[in-house]
Amino acid sequence: MSLFLMPSLGADMEAGTLVEQTMKPGDEVKRGDVIGAVETQKGVIEIEVFEDGILDSWLVEIGQTVPVGAPMAQILKPGETAAPAPAAPAPAPEPEPVPEPVVAAPTPAAPPPPAPAPATKAEPGTRARITPAARRLAAEKGIDLSQLPHDPNHVIGRAEVTAMADGVAVPVAAPTPKPSAESDMRSAIAAAMSRSKREIPHYYLSQTLDLTAVDAFLKSANADRAPDDRLLHGAIYGRAVAKALKKYPEFNGHNVDGQFTPNPSVHLGVAINIRSVGLVAPALFDAQDQSLDDLMAALRDLVGRVREGRFRARELSDATITLSSLGDRGVDQLYGVIYPPQVAIIGIGTPRLQPVVQDGAVTARLATTLTLSADHRVSDGHRGALFLRAIDKNLQKPEAL
Amino acid sequence: MTQDSFETALAEELHRIAPDIELDDVDMSADLREEFDIDSMDFLNLVTALGKRFGLEMPEADYAQMDSFDALAGYLRAKSG
Repeated sequence: MSLFLMPSLGADMEAGTLVEQTMKPGDEVKRGDVIGAVETQKGVIEIEVFEDGILDSWLVEIGQTVPVGAPMAQILKPGETAAPAPAAPAPAPEPEPVPEPVVAAPTPAAPPPPAPAPATKAEPGTRARITPAARRLAAEKGIDLSQLPHDPNHVIGRAEVTAMADGVAVPVAAPTPKPSAESDMRSAIAAAMSRSKREIPHYYLSQTLDLTAVDAFLKSANADRAPDDRLLHGAIYGRAVAKALKKYPEFNGHNVDGQFTPNPSVHLGVAINIRSVGLVAPALFDAQDQSLDDLMAALRDLVGRVREGRFRARELSDATITLSSLGDRGVDQLYGVIYPPQVAIIGIGTPRLQPVVQDGAVTARLATTLTLSADHRVSDGHRGALFLRAIDKNLQKPEAL
Repeated sequence: MTQDSFETALAEELHRIAPDIELDDVDMSADLREEFDIDSMDFLNLVTALGKRFGLEMPEADYAQMDSFDALAGYLRAKSG
């Protein structure tokens, strides 16, 4: 028997609220299965089991907030029989007022009858908050999500979608005073970045990066591609960083309690801006083994899901290094703040035509500034410089990525 | 298709990507990506959506002709005509 614990979904997370149980006691579970969803400051995140077995029992009820590391469910190994459940977990240190899963409002707002007009998608800014599994169920049942009540303080779960599918009006939860997603994410960023600047002795390096080759490669690769298959700079940068890390493992991994553990895989965190909300840096897994096209597809999928507020737990906790690229409407350079427990962050500024000396003459080249912020407890500037130059070198031969 | 419907379609697709931007506050002849605060991934998604909606290839070599709201609407009109 083993216990499934509230996962840590980032350095800044202290507690989470269970908002969904997608598996029920008696269900067979496989490593990687989503068994539920947890609401954190960063939104609703699916949680996955790490082993095969049978879900014996839930130890946490929907709506309950528990600290990171608290047991949430009991999982039996195949062939095992049930053991008595351990004591219920202690409540979170600073319990927030937790809304009841479903509270009938005095005047339940029945969804309006479906309009005869062709169904249009809900507008991203105004749609109901819904757990990922409930969203999938809604899609299976053909429920128009724009028909769901828009209560920013309530997260819709599977039970409510099932009720809607059966034609039952969904009661709107009584609004509870709660910070907005924006201020939630702001405080998550504040906690992680304050910890970083308090604990990590950063050092900073920069290097001019000529992007002429990358630009020519992208133009030629994208010329015959449909929009669906086009590549962006981000995928090229990602491959160049992942490839360079093979020789410089001291920039890829986690530094926990003064002990740095390099990771043989590159789980490349990419800084993604979420409109009006903030910034997250979830991971593209195993970037070292992916082709450019695969990494681009993964990036597109990740950005799409992140902007809809759908993360997977591992994407937030397992990034081993971060890449922050400003795209073509930014500034010349950026020095990132390391996201603990990572030990490095790569910054790439906005490409511009600028004077560069080549073969003894000044010419106009498309270039930007490549930067590294790294943890001085784990590496030194000498190795950092070699690492940056390795990235630069990779970007001069993009066709080999 | 009338001029109006290209503008309407473009406004709809932009609203999907940038729901926080009011069309009234936008300079229709200024840089589209700055006016709507959209990054390269947003722009690629916009081009993908418009390409599917109007059955156009929208090649990357034509991106320079799509650099403002008015220019992009004009591009759609010219290519669909």
